[in-house]
Amino acid sequence: MANYALYSVAVLLALAPIAVVLAASPSASNVIYSACLVVALVLCVVGVISLLGRTSSSVTLPLGLPWLGAHFRIDALAAFFMIVVNLGGAAASLFAIGYGQHEQAPERVLPFYPAYLAGMNLVVLSDDAFSFLVSWEFMSLSSWALVVAHHWEHENLRAGYIYLLMASFGTLALLLGFGLLAGANGNYAFDAIRVSHPSAALAALVLILALIGAGSKAGIFPLHAWLPLAHPAAPSHVSALMSGVMTKVAVYGFIRIAFDLLGAPEWWWSMLVLAAGGITAVMGVLYALMQHDLKRLLAYHTVENIGIIYIGLGLALAFKANGMAVAAALALTAGLLHVFNHSIFKSLLFFGAGAVLNSTGERDMEHLGGLIHRMPQTAFVFLVGCVAISALPPLNGFVSEWLTFQAILLSPQLPSWGLKFLVPAVGALLALSAALAAACFVKAFGVSFLGRPRTPAAATAHETDSNSLAAMFFLAALCLVAGVLPGIFIDALAPVTNALVGTSMPHQTGLDWLTIVPIAESRSSYNGLLVFIFVTVSGSIAALGIHRLASDKLRRGPAWDCGYPDSSPVTQYTASSFAQPIRRVFGTTVFRAREIGEMPAPGATAPARLTVELHDLIWDYGYAPIAAFVGGAADRLNVLQFLTIRRYLTLVFAALVVLLLVLAIWP
Amino acid sequence: MMRDYLFQGLQMLLVLLLSPLLTGLVRKVKARLLRRQGPPLLQPYRDLVRLMRKDVVLAENASWLFRAIPYIVFAGTWVAASLVPTFASGLLFSWSADLIALVALLGSARFFLALAGLDVGTSFGGIGSSREVMIASLAEPAMLMIVFTLALVAGSTQLSAIAAHMVSGEVGLRVSLGLALLGLIMVAIAENGRIPIDNPATHLELTMVHEAMVLEYSGRHLALIDLSSELKLVLYISMIGCLFTPWGIAPPNGSATEIAIGIGSYIAKLTLGGFLLAVFETSIAKMRVFRVPAFLGAALMLGLLGTLLLFVSGSL
Repeated sequence: MANYALYSVAVLLALAPIAVVLAASPSASNVIYSACLVVALVLCVVGVISLLGRTSSSVTLPLGLPWLGAHFRIDALAAFFMIVVNLGGAAASLFAIGYGQHEQAPERVLPFYPAYLAGMNLVVLSDDAFSFLVSWEFMSLSSWALVVAHHWEHENLRAGYIYLLMASFGTLALLLGFGLLAGANGNYAFDAIRVSHPSAALAALVLILALIGAGSKAGIFPLHAWLPLAHPAAPSHVSALMSGVMTKVAVYGFIRIAFDLLGAPEWWWSMLVLAAGGITAVMGVLYALMQHDLKRLLAYHTVENIGIIYIGLGLALAFKANGMAVAAALALTAGLLHVFNHSIFKSLLFFGAGAVLNSTGERDMEHLGGLIHRMPQTAFVFLVGCVAISALPPLNGFVSEWLTFQAILLSPQLPSWGLKFLVPAVGALLALSAALAAACFVKAFGVSFLGRPRTPAAATAHETDSNSLAAMFFLAALCLVAGVLPGIFIDALAPVTNALVGTSMPHQTGLDWLTIVPIAESRSSYNGLLVFIFVTVSGSIAALGIHRLASDKLRRGPAWDCGYPDSSPVTQYTASSFAQPIRRVFGTTVFRAREIGEMPAPGATAPARLTVELHDLIWDYGYAPIAAFVGGAADRLNVLQFLTIRRYLTLVFAALVVLLLVLAIWP
Repeated sequence: MMRDYLFQGLQMLLVLLLSPLLTGLVRKVKARLLRRQGPPLLQPYRDLVRLMRKDVVLAENASWLFRAIPYIVFAGTWVAASLVPTFASGLLFSWSADLIALVALLGSARFFLALAGLDVGTSFGGIGSSREVMIASLAEPAMLMIVFTLALVAGSTQLSAIAAHMVSGEVGLRVSLGLALLGLIMVAIAENGRIPIDNPATHLELTMVHEAMVLEYSGRHLALIDLSSELKLVLYISMIGCLFTPWGIAPPNGSATEIAIGIGSYIAKLTLGGFLLAVFETSIAKMRVFRVPAFLGAALMLGLLGTLLLFVSGSL
């Protein structure tokens, strides 16, 4: 199987230069995206066959380091992430067949898109540290090129710059981590690392480096700062890939290191992961609530969902370290299922935002409104995505969060006191983030799609093209299927958990009515299918009964609004006014939010103003001082560029002497 | 098997039919406490029938979603209410959604209702929705922490199993349960929009939350929304009843007498709950909107404390 996967990746890599040549022609985007769609589907099928067939295959190519070669391998974990990557990739390609027609600079997008897909696949396929890091950098750079594709917007350039810095920083951490794992002999092959058994201190250091390196790519707080800048800057189908898929590749990197390469975990590792996950989840959603740029809001929600995934992974680590394999399988399944679910609904939501952007030219929710009338189908699928990401039954987001809650409920049996205090707190953070996410998506959908149009652009919007709609409806259907029949997906994950924690959740699909039962039916069970049927049936009965027996008459009239309907759409609630109560409750401490009202004196004709002041404390106290320090140091050292040749020679000589001295003194 | 289906159906009908009566009772008791005559007990039924027969007057720019939402909200609430054990604990479908799913199901209903507030694009709808989601963003985690506490005590998140565990007498007095009860009552008050969080009887613009959100609804749509909130009240009182006062609930496969006792005790519990609610509401003033977070934050802390105590005491 691995050879087919590599052939497909080679096709993707070959598409990149072809795209360079073709880019000028009008049919280029059709050709390239269709080809990407086909290849992604093939890769997806390869992943499904490998996962369900429980086969593992590997290939070694004579590339890379001479004594090593490039190892590639599809095992259960890689197969699962191949499905995630390529399902998202296929949907994005299908969406882009329509969406890409409107691209202003196709020559800056088309070549990098297949390369980016190839990079993500290669990361997942890699079986040695060298190919892993090279693929990781390839993925980062090609996505960076896509972020700055619209370089004429100043914000995009800044986003690209910050992204490049953070990506290099993350890769540096991973490089150090793999270096420590491989040891002095350079055993970079994963097989060699697995049997090397690093010392406890070394393993802990590697775990921290992995948390930083993969976490900075995934968007772990406080390393998330680049993400809400870079993800929205790219064209929407690429945003969907970056948010829905690339963050998952980062999660893959973390799982590969923490669960596979490092061997048996220590219990306190999970404390780090759990704390990072819980804080990330709540901070992500609080940031999102403060946004009124639709794509940036979605990007911050990615941060939140990554937090939820890390909570699942942290619990799995804790259970694994304490030898509770069944609970570890449950927690890991919850995390992995959320990986899958989030990749689906986040792609769907970014497609929706892209369709809105295409049709109105607006990303700012304050300029939208009433789109449900003009873009009914997009509105419907976007609503499905909103319900799914808000973790509401019967859609798929709820299932994975429910499983995470079930895993938390198993954790009182953990022996260590630190975890006993941390896990309930993380549970509360998870519950808080779920509730806030629902609030945020009421805002996102309500302000952009409901109400009255706030600008002429929103009033004259038109429905998006059929390819884009097909991609969105496909993902929306998947949200429903994964929500009502979660047992199938949980069973498919069994080989992955078997490989990583030694056991899997009980077999689900054979149960009555397709219920899912994490441990035992007396403990907990959930049946999305029945809930869906119950709600549909009772809603239909109510509708039918009332229409038949009581009244089905309907009149249209002006809005009531307590007798004072105001015709101007600016009197509607905006995104920031909608978030005002929550901003007051949470924002005063987290963002030092302040509202400054300027009321002119009676009689004065100046307008009254209300300004909202928000501070991103991580930026102000974390990133800004570091940036100032680096900038200051660079300014100081700038003098060195303007020395005379004599001074340079002196410097070189001095450096040589110092190095020789060091060598002489070194024990 | 037939019997189980019959019971489930009976339960669904029972909560649906009793819910307007409970609201009528609360209104009547409140009126009597204020030395007013008050509307007759059956007035909510008459209101519902009258509303259902009237035409719907829909705002000009209301979308299809606005028309679908009353049915979605009603269906979600009704399904949730019919999964709470009322008079018998062995419900046929109780395993299809556990307590967490139940909370989330109510969350779905609220999600859609909040969207309805934004659909017409009026400022009252907006104010109602934005306050509702603020209240929910604290009430829901508080509720989940309470669920955690109960689940850890009973070793299950199934409502039937928890109720069975509570009635079995193995529980005894536990601090965590006391905290959970207090928290649950606070959440129930907030979720149902009762005083001091919200006033179901007010139409004073700046104090409304729920009423502002559904201001644009009329006719059969309004009837369904009203019925849903009445159902929600029954749901919460039934839940508190079956969790903390589980006496009298018929066991699975109970005899006819046991079921009769179950129904009788259930109605007694509802009456008592409604009466206490009315007394509480008349004896307290509504609080400012921005006091609500402190109130619900306290409920969240109670839930968290209950859970923490169980986590810690589990190892002692």
